[in-house]
Amino acid sequence: MFRYYTWLALRSLRRNPALTALMVAAIGLGIGASMTTLSLFRAMSGDPIPDKSSQLFVPQIDNWGPDAREKPGEPGADMLTYTDAKALLDAHAAPRQAAMYATGFAIAPADPAQRPFRTDGRATSADFFAMFKVPFRFGSGWGAQADTDRSDVVVLSKDINDKLFGGADSVGRTVRMDNRDYRVVGVLDAWAPQPRFYDVMDEDFGDPEGVFLPFSTAIGLHQDIWGNNNCHGSIDAKPGWEGHLNSECVWIQYWAELPDAAQAQRYRAMLDAYAAEQQRLGRFHWAPLTKLSNVRQWLVLEHVVPDESRVTVVLSFGFLFVCLVNAVGLMLAKFMTRSAEIGVRRAIGANRRAIFTQCLVEAGVIGLAGGLLGLLLTAAGLAGMRGLLSQEIAALAHLDTVDVLATMALAVAAAVLAGLYPTWRAAQVQPAWQLKSN
Amino acid sequence: MHIGPILATMRRNKVGAFLIALQMALTLAILCNTLFIIHQRLALLARPSGVDEANTFAVSNQWMGVREETAARIRADLTALRSLPGVVDAYETNSYPLRGGGWSEGINLQPGQKHSTAHSALYFSDEHTINALGLRLIAGRNFTPEEIGERTEQVSTPTRVVIVSQALGLKLFPDGSALGKTVYLNDEPATIIGVVDTLQTPWVSSAWAEKFVGNTVLDPHLYKSNFYHYVVRAQPGQLQAVMKAAQDRLFEVNRERVVDRLRSFTEVRADAYRADRALAVILAWVSGALLSVTAFGIVGLTSFWVAQRRRQIGVRRALGATRRAVLAYFQTENGLIAAAGVVAGVALAVGLNLWMMHAFDMQRLNPLYALGGALAVVLLGQFAVLWPALRAASIPPALATRAA
Repeated sequence: MFRYYTWLALRSLRRNPALTALMVAAIGLGIGASMTTLSLFRAMSGDPIPDKSSQLFVPQIDNWGPDAREKPGEPGADMLTYTDAKALLDAHAAPRQAAMYATGFAIAPADPAQRPFRTDGRATSADFFAMFKVPFRFGSGWGAQADTDRSDVVVLSKDINDKLFGGADSVGRTVRMDNRDYRVVGVLDAWAPQPRFYDVMDEDFGDPEGVFLPFSTAIGLHQDIWGNNNCHGSIDAKPGWEGHLNSECVWIQYWAELPDAAQAQRYRAMLDAYAAEQQRLGRFHWAPLTKLSNVRQWLVLEHVVPDESRVTVVLSFGFLFVCLVNAVGLMLAKFMTRSAEIGVRRAIGANRRAIFTQCLVEAGVIGLAGGLLGLLLTAAGLAGMRGLLSQEIAALAHLDTVDVLATMALAVAAAVLAGLYPTWRAAQVQPAWQLKSN
Repeated sequence: MHIGPILATMRRNKVGAFLIALQMALTLAILCNTLFIIHQRLALLARPSGVDEANTFAVSNQWMGVREETAARIRADLTALRSLPGVVDAYETNSYPLRGGGWSEGINLQPGQKHSTAHSALYFSDEHTINALGLRLIAGRNFTPEEIGERTEQVSTPTRVVIVSQALGLKLFPDGSALGKTVYLNDEPATIIGVVDTLQTPWVSSAWAEKFVGNTVLDPHLYKSNFYHYVVRAQPGQLQAVMKAAQDRLFEVNRERVVDRLRSFTEVRADAYRADRALAVILAWVSGALLSVTAFGIVGLTSFWVAQRRRQIGVRRALGATRRAVLAYFQTENGLIAAAGVVAGVALAVGLNLWMMHAFDMQRLNPLYALGGALAVVLLGQFAVLWPALRAASIPPALATRAA
């Protein structure tokens, strides 16, 4: 029966090609526009570390006080001071934790003919790699001892290892960065969580850094801060690096792994106790305020998905809705011109249910055709987006299987939805009336 | 034209008329909001940065970890750059307009102020900066070489004099008397010795940055950092040649460095406004598609009505209605539907805008957009209905006598 209806639908669509083309084009355009924006939005708002995103937490400690709060009850600073980061590291209140900041190096290749190049670096604690499940190609991260000893060790990204060592196992070899030798302890495999959740202060998307070194080593070397450094109000800090470390400027990202709710609860209590102690010591002149956010909460709090992306999704789905209203009208027109035919079919025994199914199948076929057109337009739209967006975000603008399936499903569902009312009207056709009038 | 019969006919086809009105209302609601956003973004893009963008470029420099001789190296580089043929002037800085990253600070009128009077970007500059950026000094004087101090990220000689942008001057001293006044940076007093007319911050296109996008301070310091930028202005027409030559010259002076991010200000601007431009282009495409879908939808539905009513139209023609009257009938019918659609559409447009203001920090819709959008939708309807209406008008009166 279904095949027969499909055959009928195709015949009927062929009979009125202009109207059919209009319907398919309307659904195709609507689907194309909404899926283009949605697929980009989905890529940007994805979970960068799905199996651990509820166990990884960012602590905030309000060290600036009520004057700097943008929203009541929310700390004004979204990073930590060195003082607080050090205190949290020393507290060891979580099974794994890492303090980190963005830095960078000029790397001199061993071959003197090659010009030195610049790379982003991340100064972080030993737990970084295990905590974020970073895959290694060669070697591993450094141990806790290297953090304590401020060792000159480095983990290279796959790209940097390819560039410096032609992709060979470079563990144990030396890399010269900013005129200082570092021993390679590990080389990463391809790893690029999107968004780059562990530091969303400057670039939210894009590849991770080229080199990783111990936080303590970078601090000891006064390694430049390449990321955001935020000092609220007047800086009473003493000049120099030591002064900066003791200042109330925030510039350190901090993550703690807390596998279950009980540990998260204990960690919260520890944070509150720490802030209360700072108040007692006279550093904070306000009631302690702390916050603990997991990955998803953090990405929302930091507005990682830009409003632009949401606005385009909302407006393009509005457009899809217009296309559907349009399709309802056209389908209604189409089915109504066939009242006579439906009357004949009813008269020779087809029941309402049969007419209903037949019309709905026709709507589905239109949806399928619209979906195929929509898919083409989505692919074209994403290609166009890649030309418009920054390199980091453009890399996210591609169709995956989920997008393709969602596009087709959305198109068919939309067309069937749009076809419901016209179909119902068609099924109401009185056979006697139609036979009489002709 | 009597609208009575038209309304009577529409009552027999409530759903069709409703669908067109709904489609027009939604189109109007989406259209005014998209056009409003597009216009806003284009207005952002069109703002001048104050820099002579056509002839200026920037390049970043990073030394291989040498800290002691940085000042001497910077001076040597600048001498080399300034002596290149085709170069107007060059200077060294921590950041430049539209770069996307830099320093900002609160500027105060009193020491120890709790809330700063104005927020401003800080550009470390020397006596060549005004010429190298092509800025216009509208009051006061330039820095003298003796006024240029030295600083690293954390350690600085005091700032005694500053040059401010006009926008910052007016923010600090609304009566326009900024020149010669004392302001406090980090609780240290500095005298405003000059005012330049337009100079934007490194940040554009974020809500945070828009609050002080015109507020900038030229702070006379040589910035002895490991990583900094040179900004160079070329003589007209020589930008490309100078960009190439400058990079080579820097490596001739010293190879122990990374020279990176060589960008003309045209590229700097494109990078800075990429998201805004993308949004405008995407929404322009959506608006175009929206208009054509609605127009063709009206064509399709009206054609269907005409086909349905061929006999009645024939009868009317036979009873003496002119072609013009039939044409007017369909135009008026569409106009009535459009009027209903526009009323609902303006309400929807305002509703959508209010919701977006709440959800996305959007600005209030300018009522002119609702008006313009309404006009556009009415014209679109009239235009779309023209072809089916003409076909209706061409139905011969003889049809009435033929069929059935």
